[in-house]
Amino acid sequence: MAPDISPFVLFFASIFTSNILLSNFLGMCSFISVSKDYKSSNGLGMAVTFVVTITTALNWIVYNYILIPFELEYLRYIVFIIVIAATVQVLEMLIERVSTNLYMALGIFLPLITVNCAILGVALFMQLRNYSFIQSVIYGLGSGLGWWLAIMALSAIRQKVDKAPVPTGLKGPGITLITIGFMAMAFIGFAGMLSVQ
Amino acid sequence: MINALYAALIVGILSAVLAALITIVDSIVNNYGEVTVDINNGSKKLKVNGGTPLLFTLSETGIFIPSACGGKGSCGACKVKILSDVGPILPTEAPLLSDEEMKNNIRLSCQVKVKQDISIEIPEELFSVKQFSTKVESIKDVTHDIKEVKLKLLNPKEVEFKAGQYAQLVIPPYDKIKDSTQRAYSISAQPSIKDSMEFLIRLVPGGIATTYVHNHLKENANIEVVGPFGDFFVRETNADMVCVAGGSGMAPIKSIIYDLYEKGEKNRNIWYFFGARSLKDLFYLDELKDLEKKMPNFKFIPALSEPLPEDDWKGETGLITDVLDKYFKEFISKENDKEGYLCGSPGMINACINVMKSNGLKEEKVYYDKFA
Repeated sequence: MAPDISPFVLFFASIFTSNILLSNFLGMCSFISVSKDYKSSNGLGMAVTFVVTITTALNWIVYNYILIPFELEYLRYIVFIIVIAATVQVLEMLIERVSTNLYMALGIFLPLITVNCAILGVALFMQLRNYSFIQSVIYGLGSGLGWWLAIMALSAIRQKVDKAPVPTGLKGPGITLITIGFMAMAFIGFAGMLSVQ
Repeated sequence: MINALYAALIVGILSAVLAALITIVDSIVNNYGEVTVDINNGSKKLKVNGGTPLLFTLSETGIFIPSACGGKGSCGACKVKILSDVGPILPTEAPLLSDEEMKNNIRLSCQVKVKQDISIEIPEELFSVKQFSTKVESIKDVTHDIKEVKLKLLNPKEVEFKAGQYAQLVIPPYDKIKDSTQRAYSISAQPSIKDSMEFLIRLVPGGIATTYVHNHLKENANIEVVGPFGDFFVRETNADMVCVAGGSGMAPIKSIIYDLYEKGEKNRNIWYFFGARSLKDLFYLDELKDLEKKMPNFKFIPALSEPLPEDDWKGETGLITDVLDKYFKEFISKENDKEGYLCGSPGMINACINVMKSNGLKEEKVYYDKFA
């Protein structure tokens, strides 16, 4: 039975209060490595939002119409990953043909998204929380936007931090992780406002 | 039991459906119809099916751009000048292109897809590059780690090349190597031998192609060769030639010197310095000493850097750069114009270029073939 949450609440909750990056800490690897550069962060954020929305919808269909009827729920991990990989492939080809500009903007990040754990995480949460199809799409879109917001915020902060006098031992990943910790705390401040679990 | 069967079946069907979907989308989306490739301002016009990278589009029509990695975008050898607009430089190309090349519209032909009519510029020599199917005529050990491999050309039956040029062996997948690769080797026989190609291949520990040649390739086996390539050949001047080689760098120099001998070159003085560690790394000693007698203007100077006591070595000893420097100071004519021809490891070549420069050769008169 799908939980009774208004779409509006779900959308904003997945962006702010339960941000996939800062409260679930998923998709960290690309988050840390790509946030060095503002432009790349934007490209990757856009690509993640795009892919996560589409794959969550597809995975919802696959899960509810194939896995549940055959009682194969335990295969969800592998099936979700296959669906995500195939979707990314198809999307890459379509985007290359339809819009060269978007293709160039997403660049190398599009194929890299296949192994972004936030995408798999969203699909698994969607299943765990029994979302309906509409809710899943909203949750996927919201999580993607939340990821995009978080990486843009972090890369902006890192540009400032780069010029700050950071102790040598903390330069690079060290100070970045501390920054992410502060950001996570700030985001947890939203937690009382809306809640989806 | 039934459940496990279901599981395998469902996952299998799902993967098959997705794979089919990808294939269908690929054939629809990547179908660009017939496009024209205009080479060198109309000197050749090809009608091809669009959608594949330029490198493969060209090789299907029999034009072979040099490529060591086989189109994976890792070697950067397949650079081509593209005159029409094919979109911005891809992230996969950027690391292999210099700023200068980017400005001049040089692109990696294995990454650029042919999507619409396109015009490109390639060196005319590449038109004569062909893919040869060959049979191994003989494999001989010339030193403990260098083999002389002679390939009989089956189709096409003859090759035209300039002494010093190289060709690429197509190494098929073997053992744990899953992909076919191509590696470049200089042709070591002189161009008058048209019906076969000879290579000198030194075993590089862990090297994909050299391991294949040394341990897997047998006589009478078939192997594909693409060539000839390269701009390392003798410049037609009257300058004296100072050639330096080490190890399998013998190959192009040997080809060049035998070629000059056959053409009856008598005016240019030819010095050939060959560096090796000890006697067991020296080869073709008798042949070249023989040639020295028949060709008065040719001098062969082998040098050992670490001769063993049992070698009983009476020739030059020391690093090849020191020997070279000594000869420049004492024996090589100071008045004549000179050109340098080098083939060997990057370290040796850079050191020799320095020696040549300090002895009055201009850097642009030093030609070399570096193997990485």
